[in-house]
Amino acid sequence: MAESFKDKVAIIGMGCSKFGENWDMGSEDMIVDATYNALEDAGIEMKDIDAAWVGTIGFHGTGAGMTSTGITGAAISMPLKLHYKPVTHVENGCATGTDALRNAAFAVAAKVYDIVLVVGVEKLKDTGFGGLGELAIPPHPVFEGGITAPGMYALAATRYFKKYGLSPEEGKKMLAKVSVKSHYNASRNPRAHLRNVINEEQVLNAPMIAWPLGLFDCCGVTDGAAVAILCRAEDAKNFRDDYVLVKGLGLSIGPGQGSIRTDYDFTIWDETVHAAKEAYAMAGIKDPRKEIDLVECHDCFSISEVIAVESLGLCERGKAREDLEAGAWTQEGDIPVNLSGGLKAFGHPIGASGCREAFEIYQQLQGKAEDKSRRLKNPRMGLVHNQAGLPGKFMCAVGIYGLPD
Amino acid sequence: MVGITSYGAYIPMYRMSLQTLAQTWGGFAGKGEKAVANWDEDSLTMATESSIDCLNGMDRSLVDGLYFATTTPAYREKQSASIIAKVIDLRRDITTADFTNSVRGGTSALKAAIDAVGAGSAKKFLVAAADCRIPAPDSPFERLLGDGSAALMIGDSDIAVEIEGSVSISSDFVDIWKREEDRFIQSWEERFIVTQGYLAHLEEITSILFKKYDVAPKDFTKAVFYAHDKRRHGQLAKQLGFDPKTQVQDPLLGSVGHTGSAQAMMMLVAALEEAKPGDRILFANYGDGADAFILKVTDQIEKVRNRRGIKKNLASRMELQTYGKYLHFRNLMDWGRKREPDRFGAVTMSWRDRNWVLSCHGHKCRQCGTIQFPMQRVCTWCQAKDDFDEVRLSDRKGTLFTYSMDNLATSVDKPTVIAIVNLDGGGRVSTVLTDRDPEKISPDMPVEFTFRRVHEAQGVHNYFWKCRPVRS
Repeated sequence: MAESFKDKVAIIGMGCSKFGENWDMGSEDMIVDATYNALEDAGIEMKDIDAAWVGTIGFHGTGAGMTSTGITGAAISMPLKLHYKPVTHVENGCATGTDALRNAAFAVAAKVYDIVLVVGVEKLKDTGFGGLGELAIPPHPVFEGGITAPGMYALAATRYFKKYGLSPEEGKKMLAKVSVKSHYNASRNPRAHLRNVINEEQVLNAPMIAWPLGLFDCCGVTDGAAVAILCRAEDAKNFRDDYVLVKGLGLSIGPGQGSIRTDYDFTIWDETVHAAKEAYAMAGIKDPRKEIDLVECHDCFSISEVIAVESLGLCERGKAREDLEAGAWTQEGDIPVNLSGGLKAFGHPIGASGCREAFEIYQQLQGKAEDKSRRLKNPRMGLVHNQAGLPGKFMCAVGIYGLPD
Repeated sequence: MVGITSYGAYIPMYRMSLQTLAQTWGGFAGKGEKAVANWDEDSLTMATESSIDCLNGMDRSLVDGLYFATTTPAYREKQSASIIAKVIDLRRDITTADFTNSVRGGTSALKAAIDAVGAGSAKKFLVAAADCRIPAPDSPFERLLGDGSAALMIGDSDIAVEIEGSVSISSDFVDIWKREEDRFIQSWEERFIVTQGYLAHLEEITSILFKKYDVAPKDFTKAVFYAHDKRRHGQLAKQLGFDPKTQVQDPLLGSVGHTGSAQAMMMLVAALEEAKPGDRILFANYGDGADAFILKVTDQIEKVRNRRGIKKNLASRMELQTYGKYLHFRNLMDWGRKREPDRFGAVTMSWRDRNWVLSCHGHKCRQCGTIQFPMQRVCTWCQAKDDFDEVRLSDRKGTLFTYSMDNLATSVDKPTVIAIVNLDGGGRVSTVLTDRDPEKISPDMPVEFTFRRVHEAQGVHNYFWKCRPVRS
């Protein structure tokens, strides 16, 4: 019979490469930088790693990892020289990073391995055009092709405004508060990609990407890698005292109801609801807004943060605007969201994001977040929301990481 | 008895003013405008529109054949009629053929359909004509040519227009042509092609008709005949002895433009919209010879009034504001290297999914009654497996549940308006909104289906159903 997974696996080291338009770095460079950063943090060497998981969607190939049939474990084995160790490639859209960590954690809990490496990486800036463009391989020659991520997320914004009686102007103003907050948070985070402080007016006057979403409603297109090293909780003390425990993990894959079912209304994301439910149950969380001290959510677009926070049960449905106006999601607020700057301003290298979000929680729980002004006072539990797909068809992973009780 | 039992027409939403052409190239502007197919339209898609208009209120399973006339087929090799038949959801055991290479193709097809029904090999035969001829930029043809389509149903019962007689001549006359390697149509000297071609042939065919059936201009309520251009059309009317004010059908040149193989049939549809029982119509077409018919309108005409036809299509319009946009629509320039991935296409996938890709069929679950599009194997509501009926959704209207306007997606006409549509009677469709004014879109607005060419990939035209704001 399945057992609770709570507190069985510990994160004993994490690392992060430079996030940004890394013109001079390939995915191999970022993998090496982030992995050695994590090894140093854990105080171990490469030979101590028993097995590894690599999360990437291989947006523009992964250099060494590519074969004629797709992406393989060689994506990290070659640059890291993980001589003949087992490496699994995990891919679950933009939820890849958390799902890679999830599968690695299961292997550790199953006592198949003692120490494992999780690498999330993406190289986006080798395409020759801005943004991510259209879906590279649409699911069908004519059905739902020729569309982009902002175009699809904007569907949710349009309907959210309509449902809650916001004019497009009021709705866009609400969303602007999210982006202004993200940039402010990133401005104080030395590792973030987009560190410019912006104001609401700039957001509202920015070029339109996919109405009603403008340029500042969209996350950065960023290269980067983030890495975690895991072991069983009982071994964690051998490596450090301030290790972080995996409290709960949830994953929910949507069957694509948005384009088929008339009762799917785009303003609440069922995959997030289900993934959070699984993770909360595992972690024993009953009142998430009270029990969780900080949230790194998948804010690929401003509207994503609004609906994600509501779908996670951290804010009453339709009340995000009130929360945002009250500053409830800021560092000083009730439930700080995306203190790192989020996908919006820290950056969103697809396969890396889930690990990068965990990195922020990890550092905050340890009281080691870079730039002291960013540190929360004694946080004990953080939530990672990592989501793939598009409104109507999501794959959502939720991770809850906390300090030992 | 064989005759016309129904009619339909289609005129694209976009109109380009002759002023816009004059502003672009200089020279005389003149009055009027022409219909311009949207970037996602071609002769095939326009034919689906006029055909569906013609089929309004009819049982489509009773149609035994489809002939399609055009000089601008979607493929040089590969029939259009068979695709149109699938799109408008006709039976499989029917006759289809394309009549191409002549602007007279519409009436050639009409004669063939009349013969088929007359011979008893078919009871109902649909004839559609459409053209989307691309004129050379800054040429007289650019001011003249427009895009559009018409459809007529030929049948042996419920006849709205009797065919009292017809005559044809075939001619080797070379006036306007296009070779395999030509991008635009060419023509010989105007005076030659008008005097020895247009005027001479139509005079000849009408005199043959008048003689054979012993009729004269006074016996006709209306004369509907092919127009080379507005001036020569008026000149011919006088030469034939018709009163231009009362007897001659307007050739739609100042509103739609010259629609090639669809022109005469579109004019006939316009005439039938106004026709009264008992009216007698002369219908004549030109190109590589000529055809002429004597048509007589019956009481039944009042039963096929519920059509968009020419009138409603003309009234529903959007201005194509700039010539630059037109250049994009017709892809008339080298746009430089595109830094975008190629579009995806797979003939196998579109073929497997033809019942929903082309015929717009959804699945209706036999267990829970819900409608699902695209067709599913397992019901998304009750998870019943393979227990569905196929239902045609293309004739249902819907409401725009939510939308966005995507400037990032590659499109000839940005923004791509992504649309989630809830259909009347159940079912949801995820598609794109076309023929839309971005300033006039709002959630819950009424929309309807329209069949369009979505993109080119791997050398194949990829067609699918989009939605558009309901055309009045």
